[in-house]
Amino acid sequence: MNEFEPKVVAFVCNWCTYAGADLTGTSRIKYAPNVKIIRFPCTGRIDFMLILKAFAKGADGIIISGCHPNDCHYTSGNFHAKRRWMVFRTMLDFLGVDVNRITFSWVSAAEGARWAEIVNTTVDGIKKLGPYDNYRKMVNEETEVNNG
Amino acid sequence: MARIGVFVCHCGENISATVDCGKVAQVTSDIPGVVVSVDYKYMCSDPGQTMIKEYIEKEKLTGVVVAACSPRMHEPTFRRACGEAGLNPFLCEMANVREHCSWVHDKNDVTTDKAIDIVRTLVEKVKRNEPLMPIKVPVTKTALVIGGGVAGIQSALDIANCGHKVIMVEKEPSIGGHMSQLSETFPTLDCSQCILTPRMVEVAQHPNITLYTYAEVESLDGFIGNFKVKIRKKAKSLDEKLCTGCGLCCTKCPVKNIPSEFDQGLSNRRAIYVPFPQAVPNKPVIDKEHCTYYIKGKCKVCEIVCPTKAIRFDQEDEIIEVEVGALVLATGFDIKRANFFPEYGYGKYKDVIDGLQFERIASASGPTLGEIRRPSDGQIPKKIVFLACAGSRDPAKGIEYCSKICCMYTAKHAILYKHKVHDGTAYIFYMDIRAAGKNYDEFTRRAIEEDGAKYIRGRVSRIYERDGKLIVVGADTLMNAKTVEIEADMVVLATAGVASPGAEELAQKLHVSYDQHKFFAEAHPKLRPVETNTAGIFLAGACQNVKDIPESVAQASGAAVKVCGLFSNDELTRDPSVAVVNRTAPPLFSTCVGCFLCQSVCPYQAIEKEEIKSRDGKILKTIAFVNPSVCQGCGTCVALCRSKSIDILGYTHKQVYAEVDALLNTL
Repeated sequence: MNEFEPKVVAFVCNWCTYAGADLTGTSRIKYAPNVKIIRFPCTGRIDFMLILKAFAKGADGIIISGCHPNDCHYTSGNFHAKRRWMVFRTMLDFLGVDVNRITFSWVSAAEGARWAEIVNTTVDGIKKLGPYDNYRKMVNEETEVNNG
Repeated sequence: MARIGVFVCHCGENISATVDCGKVAQVTSDIPGVVVSVDYKYMCSDPGQTMIKEYIEKEKLTGVVVAACSPRMHEPTFRRACGEAGLNPFLCEMANVREHCSWVHDKNDVTTDKAIDIVRTLVEKVKRNEPLMPIKVPVTKTALVIGGGVAGIQSALDIANCGHKVIMVEKEPSIGGHMSQLSETFPTLDCSQCILTPRMVEVAQHPNITLYTYAEVESLDGFIGNFKVKIRKKAKSLDEKLCTGCGLCCTKCPVKNIPSEFDQGLSNRRAIYVPFPQAVPNKPVIDKEHCTYYIKGKCKVCEIVCPTKAIRFDQEDEIIEVEVGALVLATGFDIKRANFFPEYGYGKYKDVIDGLQFERIASASGPTLGEIRRPSDGQIPKKIVFLACAGSRDPAKGIEYCSKICCMYTAKHAILYKHKVHDGTAYIFYMDIRAAGKNYDEFTRRAIEEDGAKYIRGRVSRIYERDGKLIVVGADTLMNAKTVEIEADMVVLATAGVASPGAEELAQKLHVSYDQHKFFAEAHPKLRPVETNTAGIFLAGACQNVKDIPESVAQASGAAVKVCGLFSNDELTRDPSVAVVNRTAPPLFSTCVGCFLCQSVCPYQAIEKEEIKSRDGKILKTIAFVNPSVCQGCGTCVALCRSKSIDILGYTHKQVYAEVDALLNTL
């Protein structure tokens, strides 16, 4: 039987984590190919509805990553993202969304190895959790109710 | 209908070694809207770019995706090529299949499939891209130089001599930095102050340079070409216009026992003081922490003796705001001090000193007037031990790097010592002699061959006192690691060079990156060594890494030319990726409800209130408006907006949701 290969979407900021992931490449550090990156100007731009959208469309895990505290290119975007995450996380948990499928981290432009580590840890974790069909079932049932 | 072109680059073998580029081109050609999909060995080469241009014209493309390296590498290249072919540059996107795919995964179908997914994602994004026009902004042709050491001085003079205004900020009462403390400089042994002080005076007298000493940068706003900087001018308790610099106050001040910073604690200064005789400006400041008047409320001797009545006890810190187009950071370095070397007794034994203290002892203007006398009893040391690499290259101490200047200045110290104490012996413990530089190796050989400095290859384990002598216990690794014990009269530690204490705080104020040792980070280690990641902020000297004088000066001139290059434009073009508030037909006008939450989170104060008025001037609705010349495009307002009324050009909701869809392949 084939091993389950999770789909993981990474929402990253342009200045730190995207550049950090570039450095992982430049340093030829290998990591799991399950993660695909979407670039944002700043973690402050990341609308957390994207998380729900991604889960609904087939993602099994999500990484959100930006600059370390105080290092934000735009001064405070990462703090806004962090605060939003604190609130959103509680809400997701309450709604029954598995928050263990979401990794929130800081990776600087100089931390190529750290990016590979975060990707691998996340992918390993999601592999243990299995595909996130429950969420899609939940969403689809609701859609049916709405349609009916 | 979209007409997208996909151009897959092999990057020699960098991509094609693990990704089947032909398959990527073939599969992506089936994506709806893609009219051409080709692969080529080097897309960034001239023929590659020409091919893209030809396809744009022939196929009337409305969007281009280049599947190649990181957009941080070649996005400008391909956007320029598109622009030359008549396609708006912002309709070109790069799919990063090198750094984020081929270089980090093994050769197999999964890697190729990932590359296809990355391209698909960018195709869906580019379909929703809008043509954008670069925003033009004016350039303020004034530079701010932070730090008045040799690097800052060189940068300021170079920029000022090109005809631009310069503001220099120095936190100490005088400019000059560490170089003004040095005795003589390697490898020529010319007197440090003799070559530096004329430059210091030139800065003070230059018509294009405004000098603020005893001042620090408080905050920075704005962006390249248009920075606003708040500078705190610390109260000197002095009216500088009235003060003639006669120095009478400094000789009459009754507080006499404050260790002099300039002499590294080897002599004392008063509470009102000029740091050193050649200081620029040569006017005193009152050290409020030690002044009797500020502590006890009475004294005022300086005020009584001052012939021009220049003392101002009620003076307060003043904050001034200046507008500049570029910044040069030249905040220098520091050295590791006491408590860091308990095994060497540094800070415990008076005669264990650091390199800067030895500079002061050897300096003709120093506490001993240039005679080599040890701090404890003023005797001339007959046996002196120098320790290179005190802290440097020592992971156990947390400093893995080489401080670079110590090998050279230790050789210089040995030479200076032998020139002044002919019957003395100088021992030098070292790990390696690193003397790469013009005339550097010759200089260290001179120390060994002409001046008889005794080099011992090995490290010192500890130093302790016995019968008034300092016993230095080390190993000689060239003699089977035999233990060596030297009874020394004085020990000089070449302590590691470290970032200056306020570096991290300043970096955070200015939003420049710094490394784990708090040295400011350059934009690229090889090709952009004087730029920071923040456009318009440049680096000079030892704030980036410990450097010697020639290197600092060279980098300072490099930074100056970058500033002058920037100032050669009357206006700059800026990335048009800014936030916009939507507008719709009346009576709604915009989905913005005017809650102005966005205004409170904007780090740049770019969001204003806009009143929509009827013809008779009645206010129909108040909505948010983003000032495009102030907005930096972070998008914090976009994610926060409850009614989704703000969008950021280049990263719109439409675009990012389409990317998520495409990435998960469910379109």
